[in-house]
Amino acid sequence: MTFSHSQSAHCESGVISSLLTHHGLPISEPMAFGLANALAFAYIPIVKLGGQPLIAYRLPPRAIIKGLCKRLGVEVKFHKFKDPMTAANALDDLVEKNVLVGLQTSVYYLPYFPEEMRFHFNAHNLLVYGKRETVYQISDPVFEEPMEIAPRDLNKARFVRGPLAPKGLMYTIDSVPERIDYPKVISAAIAKNVKVMTGAPLPVIGIRGIHYLAKKIDKLNGSEKDKRLYLGHIVRMQEEIGTGGAGFRFVYASFLQESAKLLGDESLTDASKAMTNVGDTWREFALIVVKECKSKEPINLKRISDKLRACAEQEKQVWLQLKSWCKQST
Amino acid sequence: MRADDVPQDKSSTYAGHKKLLYAQGQDGQYQGVQSTGWDVEATATLDAVAQFELWAEQARSEVIAGAKSPLYFHMYDCRMDLPLLCQLTGIWRWRVKRHFNPRHFVRLNESVLQRYAEAMDRPVTYIQSLPEKPE
Repeated sequence: MTFSHSQSAHCESGVISSLLTHHGLPISEPMAFGLANALAFAYIPIVKLGGQPLIAYRLPPRAIIKGLCKRLGVEVKFHKFKDPMTAANALDDLVEKNVLVGLQTSVYYLPYFPEEMRFHFNAHNLLVYGKRETVYQISDPVFEEPMEIAPRDLNKARFVRGPLAPKGLMYTIDSVPERIDYPKVISAAIAKNVKVMTGAPLPVIGIRGIHYLAKKIDKLNGSEKDKRLYLGHIVRMQEEIGTGGAGFRFVYASFLQESAKLLGDESLTDASKAMTNVGDTWREFALIVVKECKSKEPINLKRISDKLRACAEQEKQVWLQLKSWCKQST
Repeated sequence: MRADDVPQDKSSTYAGHKKLLYAQGQDGQYQGVQSTGWDVEATATLDAVAQFELWAEQARSEVIAGAKSPLYFHMYDCRMDLPLLCQLTGIWRWRVKRHFNPRHFVRLNESVLQRYAEAMDRPVTYIQSLPEKPE
């Protein structure tokens, strides 16, 4: 199969961008991310990762692929398996037929990952594009180069139990539309994203969720070490490979810029600039958290939560701007 | 973020790999830019790794003292905690806790050990004992 690997910032938007491009529907990663209205914020205390609450800066796994394909009218097929053997055979069949296959895997069991990055995170996406002798050829979107992996390791990574268990999830593209009605899908995606960020009925989602987290930080108690762990966890959820809170703001800004060009709409360029500033503020937030954690003085929680509130307020303005843009364009 | 502001801190956590970020070039156009790491991110990651190492070392002394079974050490050594180990193996929490007791652990049958070994991706014989401390 002629397949060209390309690196992306995020695994899921990268995988779907590669898949669609391979099937003759070229789409950039930011465009895929934006059209899936993937930007989000959610603070979910009942899901624990290593004893810490889940903080998501984007939609839950699979939502990007599903959302994007639905919006564009792409037919995508998902398969889950009960039995690892059946799953491995199904994958082999597709690889033999030269089909590009997407898989959900756990990072911990992928041997090519840097040792210090291997945590138990079950929703990492990658593509299998072929087999060389006995090893699978893999396009892992967050790496610069294609990778290879032994069948045993891949099967292991596909059948991990626990939170967000992949259950061997495998997906392929059946058909792609001839053309895309960009003005329509772009405004629909932005409108949906505005809704998620500003109008969610729960206090832990969207802009309200960011304020909720800020309040949590204000009320943090326990030892300095507990606080450090909690705050460090926020930064990890924000910046590490596979997640990336500030990074997502830049991806979205890039999407807005691309949309502005496609639609010839200056107000989206402005929104893109504003979103870039939001991303910068998120990065400053991460910097402040790490500085506070590293310093020998007691952690200044107020300084951290104030910065977080600044992120929230700044981001809110962008969403309001986009909201009025949506109203005008319809 | 401007392309020249993309951090290039050569973080050990990337193990020589590069990660892609989107940043603006001179002309304000967004483009993909590779980053070799960011100290801020690396600090948070290394803190998390260190936490698991600390737990594993504390577990090691408890195993040596005879208070806990080797399973307890291997759990932290594989960057897991109790809820995660339960979920990965599908074994109930109270049973897993029971298996942390050395007396119960030595009497475990092969199939239960196999489930732990699979979740930890280590051979059964390896998780039955406490490995030597790496130099």
